[in-house]
Amino acid sequence: MLLEVKNLSTEFKLKRGTVRAVDDISFTIDKGEILAIVGESGSGKSVTSLSIMGLLQKPGRIAGGEILFNSQDLNKMSQKELQQIRGNKISMIFQEPMTSLNPVWRIKDQIMESLMTHMKVSKQEALARTIEMLNTVGIPSPAERANDYPHQMSGGMRQRVMTAMALSCGPDLLIADEPTTALDVTIQAQILELLYRMREKFGMAVLLITHDLGVVSEAADRVIVMYCGKIVEEADVKSLFASPMHPYTVGLLQSIPQIDDDSDKRLYMIKGMVPNPLRMPHGCPFSDRCDRCLERCTQEMPELQEIDGHKVRCFLYDEVKEGASAK
Amino acid sequence: MGKKYSSKADENLIQAAEYVEKPESQLKEMWETLRQNKAAVVGLFIIGFLVLIALSVWVSGLMGKQILPYDPNHSDMTKSFIWPNAEHWFGTDQLGRDIFSRILDGTKISLFVGVAAVAISLSTGVLLGALAGYRGGRTDAIIMRVMDMMLAIPSILLAIAFMAVLGKGIDKAVIAIGLVSIPEYARIVRASILSVKENDYVQAAKVIGSSDSRIIMKHILPNIVSLIVVRATLGISTAVLDTAALGFLGLGVQPPFAEWGDMLGRARGFIFNAPYTLIFPGIAITTTVLAFNLLGDGLRDALDPKSRIK
Amino acid sequence: MNEVLMEIQNLSKHFILDTSLFGKPISVLKAVDKVSFRIDKGEAFGLVGESGCGKTTLGKILVNLHSPTHGKLFFEGKELTALDDKQRRSYCKDIQMIFQDPYASLNPRMTVGDIIAEPMIINQLLPANKVEERVIYLLNCVGLAQHQRNRYPHEFSGGQRQRVGIARALAVEPKLIVCDEAVSALDVSIQAQVLNLLVDLKEEFGLTYLFIAHGLNVVKHISDRVGVMYLGKMVEITSKRELYGNPLHPYTQALLSAIPIINPEKKKERIILKGDVPSPINPPAGCRFCSRCFKELDQCKLQEPVLKEVSPNHWVACHLFE
Repeated sequence: MLLEVKNLSTEFKLKRGTVRAVDDISFTIDKGEILAIVGESGSGKSVTSLSIMGLLQKPGRIAGGEILFNSQDLNKMSQKELQQIRGNKISMIFQEPMTSLNPVWRIKDQIMESLMTHMKVSKQEALARTIEMLNTVGIPSPAERANDYPHQMSGGMRQRVMTAMALSCGPDLLIADEPTTALDVTIQAQILELLYRMREKFGMAVLLITHDLGVVSEAADRVIVMYCGKIVEEADVKSLFASPMHPYTVGLLQSIPQIDDDSDKRLYMIKGMVPNPLRMPHGCPFSDRCDRCLERCTQEMPELQEIDGHKVRCFLYDEVKEGASAK
Repeated sequence: MGKKYSSKADENLIQAAEYVEKPESQLKEMWETLRQNKAAVVGLFIIGFLVLIALSVWVSGLMGKQILPYDPNHSDMTKSFIWPNAEHWFGTDQLGRDIFSRILDGTKISLFVGVAAVAISLSTGVLLGALAGYRGGRTDAIIMRVMDMMLAIPSILLAIAFMAVLGKGIDKAVIAIGLVSIPEYARIVRASILSVKENDYVQAAKVIGSSDSRIIMKHILPNIVSLIVVRATLGISTAVLDTAALGFLGLGVQPPFAEWGDMLGRARGFIFNAPYTLIFPGIAITTTVLAFNLLGDGLRDALDPKSRIK
Repeated sequence: MNEVLMEIQNLSKHFILDTSLFGKPISVLKAVDKVSFRIDKGEAFGLVGESGCGKTTLGKILVNLHSPTHGKLFFEGKELTALDDKQRRSYCKDIQMIFQDPYASLNPRMTVGDIIAEPMIINQLLPANKVEERVIYLLNCVGLAQHQRNRYPHEFSGGQRQRVGIARALAVEPKLIVCDEAVSALDVSIQAQVLNLLVDLKEEFGLTYLFIAHGLNVVKHISDRVGVMYLGKMVEITSKRELYGNPLHPYTQALLSAIPIINPEKKKERIILKGDVPSPINPPAGCRFCSRCFKELDQCKLQEPVLKEVSPNHWVACHLFE
């Protein structure tokens, strides 16, 4: 087990009240595994990744839980210790490559900085490795392009540069926060292909954060679905798409216009909207939008339970479990 | 087109209500935020106080009454250089005039010049900046080159140059100071327009058929008004300083009228024997400038929708 | 027989980026290059392409945010490109736009009611006392509560703001609405709501859409016919069924193949295009797609292919079909 997150909670203290962006979540990532966290705005998925990396800014703070990376609790480490790990053992790529790269530094300098900080290499070695990395991520004429500034490159190239930077020190875990959302479909395909190759070559694990179920379906091994800061479903990718359990997951899958769907019927919509985090409904956070809401759902919060390796947080499955254990 | 809304649509989202909410007052919110900034409130109080003094002196002057302890322009050589005491709170100057009264009297000039000069710079600068920013091309190039030329010369020198052409006197000083600051407003407005112009809502306004002037008035200016207000408030303090500077150089108000900078200038030689002739005008200038700066900073935070406290 | 609402003939939009000392253009960005197609009354025409293909620029030309460098535009038979400024502006009552970014397309200082009322006031469509009635009506049409009329945009979510944008576009009773990536910036579940709304409104008010998107899956749901653009040129136009069932142009095939299918059981053969989208500045001679094409012929580098009808109502610009 590479990463074990136990009961992580993150909150933001605002003037209007405290928002629990992440509420008591737990999951694990094994070596070489690609885990996807799926959710929409307000689900807490990005905050989760920032919490793991120790990159939360005020007024956000980790309110509880452990983040065990190779059995060491990241939450208990000082900033200095975290800096040793960041970029080195755990790397991150962000959604907007333009704002994540320093516009006044050349590409090669940005990558070399990361290399020289974490590994004891000379400048020449760092440059050589940089060019090698750029080549691996598929940048044509890497030796020349290394001298470019970010604005001279297209969005796809910049994302690949970001990836090169993240991978330069050979991390064990890559956190990719919406890595393909800002990119064209054909470039998206290239980036996903790249992540696969990296996994093959380096045995790297990936925490993939996205709202795009298509990307998840193509790239992930296991999937976690988050809603309003809680995990509502967790399964391996085949099971999730073949038999989604939580009504939210079901709704999401049904509302996406599919390319191989020939019928002209109306798109299924999940009614209502993501609730205001300061005014969450009582009980299950999805209760006000759920088609199959029971009386119980508006009063109690369901627990996360496991049924045949597939975890779900929903009262609809209580009978299944009780039924199974009663036999 | 009087068709009813289709029943296929999501009825969850339509709530039949008889009432329509009142628009939240943006002014109220701005005031709330401002109120929380103690420094700005202090500044506001000081300014209020100064305005009160200026108005009282001016109005009573108009009515022929004297509310000041002494006539600010009456000189009595037998009473020159008296140190501050119970009768003359700030002492008397080299011509035996009561400094306290002169300071109070000077308030109206400083404030008047400050506001009037800013009014001139603002109106002209905003107009030029709007033209340059919105039209672009040659209009932009010509206007901005003229602005650049003005900015290349230090403002005091430029003001003096204008005064040389216009002649001496407080009204000419107002115009000179006003003209000098035009480029700053023009630049701010132009830069804001350039950044706001590309926003989708401006494009949307064009698409629905708005004319250029309507777009500038309704869509662009309201979104940059906060910047202008902040700049103008800070500009008043600059104008007050500039007035004092010109006065110090003898170019502003003409004797015997009281003006803080002029008072400072004339008291230059007495710094050792009668420091109070310098200290009090100095404090008056500093306090006024500080007050406007504090208010301006507070306004900047209050008017920026992102930092507003809700 | 369908009536033609909008006819686009050889439309080009060039942006001059750099000129020499004597004013001669050095680098020209050919955002849209000799594009021709038509939009029929009552149809939803999907226009697809990746960034830099010129689809947004084309949309903006239709609503008069850009004026074309060359070419002609006909609306209901009238030549728009021959009109002067004032006359052209009067067509804003017929052609409207919905913008991509729900956060940038509404003036933050106006209430949503005022935003929707503005087009009616500017164009003097209704007497003043009737405007408010229609604002409420439009708010209801797009699924917003009427008591929120006096709220400001920042009090609404992205999806709701987009609805306000739709209401604004509907205010003038347009015949054609250009939807410029109208759902791209929204969360997946909200996209479904807004797409359904757009479809409903089209049926209800007899609207015609030019639906611009970069995702072929979104376009498929709402369109009748689809056009694919690449680097300023139209490379394929046909009905929805034909395009998704039998894509002819290699770029269309690559686009379709790049879209992830939401079904991990179906492993698909991905066409990965080599290289990046080349710059639309000073494009090379010949077919613009040939540097990335996987079915390149010798001819492709030398000669630009022309859009031809290779089967009934299926147009392609590719040397493979000549």
